[in-house]
Amino acid sequence: MQLDLIAWLIPLPPILAFAAIVLWAYRSNRLSHGLAIGGVAISWGLAMLLFVQTLGIERFGEHPVTSSVRWLPTGQSALEIGVLVDPLSTIGLFFVAWTLLAIFVYSVGYHNFGHQADPQDVKGLPPKSGGIEPMYARFFAFISLFAFGMLVLVLSDNLLLLFIGWELMGLCSYLLIGFWYGRPSAREAMVKAFLTTRVGDVFMLLGIAYLYSQTGTLSFRQILYNEQVLNTLASTPAVIGGLSAAGLIGLLLFIGTIGKSAQWPLHVWLPDAMEGPTPVSALIHAATMVSAGIYMILRIFPLLTAGWHEGGGLTPTMMVIAGLGAFTALFAATIAVAQKDIKRVLAYSTISQLGYMVAAVGIGAFVAAAFHLVTHAFFKALLFLGSGSVIHGVEHGVHETHEHVDPQDMFNMGGLRHKMPVTFWTFLLGGLALSGFPILTAGFWSKDEILADAFAHGHTLVFWMLALAALLTAFYTMRQITLTFLGKPRSQAVGHAHESTWTMTAPLVVLAVFAVGFGWVGIPEAFPGLGGILPNWFHEFVGGALPEHPAAIAFDPTPLLVSVGVALGGLLLGWLTYRRIQAGAPDPLRRLLGPVYPVLENKYYFDELYDYAIVRPAYWLAETFTYTFLDRRVIDGLLHAIGRNSLRVGAFLRSRIDLPVVNGIGDWIGESTKSSGHQIRVVQSGRVQQYLLVGIVFTGLIISFFLLAGA
Amino acid sequence: MIPLSWYLILAAGLFTIGLFGVLARRNAVAILMSIELMLNAVILNLVAFWRYGQPVDISGQVFAIIVFAVAASEAAVGLALILSIYRRRSTVAAEDINMLKW
Repeated sequence: MQLDLIAWLIPLPPILAFAAIVLWAYRSNRLSHGLAIGGVAISWGLAMLLFVQTLGIERFGEHPVTSSVRWLPTGQSALEIGVLVDPLSTIGLFFVAWTLLAIFVYSVGYHNFGHQADPQDVKGLPPKSGGIEPMYARFFAFISLFAFGMLVLVLSDNLLLLFIGWELMGLCSYLLIGFWYGRPSAREAMVKAFLTTRVGDVFMLLGIAYLYSQTGTLSFRQILYNEQVLNTLASTPAVIGGLSAAGLIGLLLFIGTIGKSAQWPLHVWLPDAMEGPTPVSALIHAATMVSAGIYMILRIFPLLTAGWHEGGGLTPTMMVIAGLGAFTALFAATIAVAQKDIKRVLAYSTISQLGYMVAAVGIGAFVAAAFHLVTHAFFKALLFLGSGSVIHGVEHGVHETHEHVDPQDMFNMGGLRHKMPVTFWTFLLGGLALSGFPILTAGFWSKDEILADAFAHGHTLVFWMLALAALLTAFYTMRQITLTFLGKPRSQAVGHAHESTWTMTAPLVVLAVFAVGFGWVGIPEAFPGLGGILPNWFHEFVGGALPEHPAAIAFDPTPLLVSVGVALGGLLLGWLTYRRIQAGAPDPLRRLLGPVYPVLENKYYFDELYDYAIVRPAYWLAETFTYTFLDRRVIDGLLHAIGRNSLRVGAFLRSRIDLPVVNGIGDWIGESTKSSGHQIRVVQSGRVQQYLLVGIVFTGLIISFFLLAGA
Repeated sequence: MIPLSWYLILAAGLFTIGLFGVLARRNAVAILMSIELMLNAVILNLVAFWRYGQPVDISGQVFAIIVFAVAASEAAVGLALILSIYRRRSTVAAEDINMLKW
């Protein structure tokens, strides 16, 4: 089978499933989820087929599978759309297909399939007492559409198609965050997410337009693998001083990533996006959509780094990216430390880990960033699904005991390891991977590679920021695990929790396998003891996606020791701090950190800051200025004045010109015709003899006239 | 031989009488008879002009016969009309038959 044909076919089943559910199958829950899971399973199968096939291709990065068709003719040239399968998209496809499949299956259990519908449940609110979700089919339609968007993005061979997939996901994110639209918080979160990411998207579109105006094409192959184009872009000064065209384009596109991947300062939407159902949090806000931002900057890596050489000084654009990424990683990690909601911790952790990847791209560590992207997708999807399973279990307990506790507050939990063993063990593996537990977990290998790269190339500040973030990551992960699963139950409801159904736990197990095992494909050759036992397949394979194959980094014990140290230290600290916490006790950190804790708890007051700096001025502008002053007073006033004056002019014309003159003439013609007719009609008596007499008299007169005139 | 003008004067006299009858008589049948009189005056003219013009041709006589035929059929149609009017309105007085107006 042709590889390019497979690539074209991969995104199609989910969109067909979406159409089928929306138009036809939505009445049947079983059919709807069957279609959705079937669609994504076909995509998964094709993706795996493609993956296996491409493994066998020699020097695959130089000979990728491409196929494109002309789409939008624009004058002389035409915009093309097509698929590009190179090592990066293959890897992207791999983790997207697996996480999609796992999350689709998980959603069946999460939305209580198989339970009776509760007549008290209303559409737009989560089921109250364990009945099936009232909008079950709609959920599967939305996530199918989302799957289509993500697969399109991964497979696209140009920025335009990538942007289409990008926006499609933005829409689905909006729809799914607001899935339970009956809750005001969900409505606000959906708008917030949509508008915040839109800020980034506008800049990204500007970047795309600028790139197109400079090169006349948006195709990845034609721009990124063309030395000449990149050199021209790197040497052309941009409209804004001090940057090259490539630098400015890279920066603009990167702002798109800031929005999509929730980097500071556009990170505010992601924690609120946890209002959506948990599979959505896992699917969109951990594994795939936020990864799309990273995927995009990896995709355009040669453009982003145009003018930079391996080991050389960073370009201004790269410095911005690295700085922002490292800052976000640290910043979000500090917030995560003080959160109580199990999903919010994970949300900030996601922001932090995405910051890691951004920083890695910024320092030019292409392979490390891609590696962490994949491993993070697996373990973060696992953690989110695990937290969903926990919430589900606790909600069940809440329902049984009628105790009024927040089923997402970790301080109400504890001791769940006995109640939910599968969830506990998989969550533990995911948590260890997130903290970078040495040797065993995938997170260690990918995080270590980023740290090693930062250290080896002398980006000391970035290195220490990331190391500190890693320490905090390990700490808050252990805090979460300890509070949730270890110790004793801190509320009755948690004591009545029970393990979730197999459709929820099976995906956890699959993802746990990857969260642990995927790291082993990327062990550096130079690693003492372990290096070389398994070949560093990931570096070889993904590195081939770049025109210049990146060199492997020489082994250095310092970053390794730091990495191991912070991971173990953070885990230990987290366990020591939280292992004996009692029900109702405050967070021990509150005493420890003093006045800093409320700042962290309130996310550095960024929401409040944006509220005062942007939202309120916007409301003021809309309400007071635009509506009351501009619209009601100026524009309406102007229109009303015009209206009144027109009325006056009209009345004048009517009374002075139309009625007397125009109507008068018309009426006079009519009336005079009528009255003259009245007067003349006596002539027509109806008596033929009279007519004849008149005729004869006049004939006689005419004859006489001609005779006399002729004489 | 009697001069042509005598015939013409006779015909003119006949025509004038017929015309007077058409204009002045009240009875529709009388009006029809007056029309016949006018036609006969015309025939008299035609025959007189033929006799004093070119008696070799028979065109004048043919004309006269055609006019007879027309006059006869006209009389038939006219009488039928008058009968029809009489049946509907029980009168044949010309001034009562004045429907042909506004």
